[in-house]
Amino acid sequence: MSLSQINTLLKKEFLLEFRQKASLGGILVYVAATVFISALSFTGKIHTHEWNALFWVILLFASVTVSSKSFLKETKGLGLFNYSYYSPRSFILSKIIFNMVLMLIISLITLFFYIWFIGGNIKNFSLFFITLALSSTGFAGVLSLMSAIAAKANNNFALMSILSFPVLMPMVLVSIRLSKQAIDGLSWGVSYDFLLILAALNVLIIMLANLLFPYLWND
Amino acid sequence: MGVESSEFTENPPKNSPNYEQPTTNCHMKNWYKILSVLLILYTIFWGLMGPVPRLDILNETIRNVYYHVPIWFAMLFMMSVSIWYAIRYLLSSDTVFETKSFNAAKVGFFFSIPGIITGCFWAKYTWGTYWTFQDPKLNGVAIGILIYLAYFILRNSIPDELKRARISAVYNIFAYVMLIVFIMILPRLTDSLHPGNGGNPAFGKYDLDNNMRMVFYPAIIGWILFSCWVFEIKNRIAQLNSILNDQ
Repeated sequence: MSLSQINTLLKKEFLLEFRQKASLGGILVYVAATVFISALSFTGKIHTHEWNALFWVILLFASVTVSSKSFLKETKGLGLFNYSYYSPRSFILSKIIFNMVLMLIISLITLFFYIWFIGGNIKNFSLFFITLALSSTGFAGVLSLMSAIAAKANNNFALMSILSFPVLMPMVLVSIRLSKQAIDGLSWGVSYDFLLILAALNVLIIMLANLLFPYLWND
Repeated sequence: MGVESSEFTENPPKNSPNYEQPTTNCHMKNWYKILSVLLILYTIFWGLMGPVPRLDILNETIRNVYYHVPIWFAMLFMMSVSIWYAIRYLLSSDTVFETKSFNAAKVGFFFSIPGIITGCFWAKYTWGTYWTFQDPKLNGVAIGILIYLAYFILRNSIPDELKRARISAVYNIFAYVMLIVFIMILPRLTDSLHPGNGGNPAFGKYDLDNNMRMVFYPAIIGWILFSCWVFEIKNRIAQLNSILNDQ
């Protein structure tokens, strides 16, 4: 594992993503359409409790959909090249960092459409943003590993959701609690405990992904 | 991944430390099976006949602690055995360990069914409902069952044996750690309805009197030994199947 390898891989990922404008645009339309459908189905007032839950459900599905293709692009030849050229740790780390940025962008886009179509009043926006950033990191860690697993098992999208939903549960529940506190505008002291849990979860997930990915890599 | 490791996928050579002779006499190893049956019979009889403290709401349903809780203990024990073998597989790449890990997960999953059924009926009489989302233990169990179902589906969806072993072992370890984390975090999010939590009447350290301990602890040992027995039978079937497949 070396920083220069991670750097090269990250550059490659971003270049590929921005070159294929259809994929970024696809995410945008996916999120916009989902939010619009929910706005139409709810019509009218929606309470903060449901607002919060719906936001995280949409975000969860969008994240799984987007990240499921993160190992899809690796063809057999490219996989062999990566295998001989890069260390597995720098490979998974670069995937996690890339997915993290992608997730953060997606969650901000979702939030934008969500507030536009459905409305909402977040009293403590900085807490909400920190929650989004932390949960994006955790989601990226879990989903990168899960998409690597699903890719090995013949790229089945249903499999990807089956594998990742139960594993993401702790992240989602803590994030929902935190964002509810942000919406209600509670003081930082109340949320401090949960922020710490979320950060610790992120560290644990990234460590586990680093530890386990090399075993997926050699075959 | 060398050629030599892919050659003993199911059948290690006889000089390997993991080789267990399938048909030799194992009378000396049978003590724990006899012990488990005796302990379980003892706890079934004495659990129904023995004296229990009179507590509000719980009343006679407190006897469920002899059956419901030890079965969960056996399940958690088997899940941990499964992880132990998954880690050993990843470190040694000997697929015998992975087969054992899968068998342990199956046995653990099997034990979760009576665990849930005894819990549901008990909940109906004390909480008035078969299932509630207000309790972290129930949510933890639900997520645990989802995780192991996902693990079984993943393992069945990969045809190649070596690939299957590697990938499912990785998922097994990751999912188990996340499940443990989930179980640790959950009580902070919602108060438990379970006896002994959130101010409910308990068979905690004050109420579990000595009479109950005399049944409860043997029940835990009995059910764990019983799960080991089922696990061993599963392993022997897997071993015989692999010998049959090789011929």
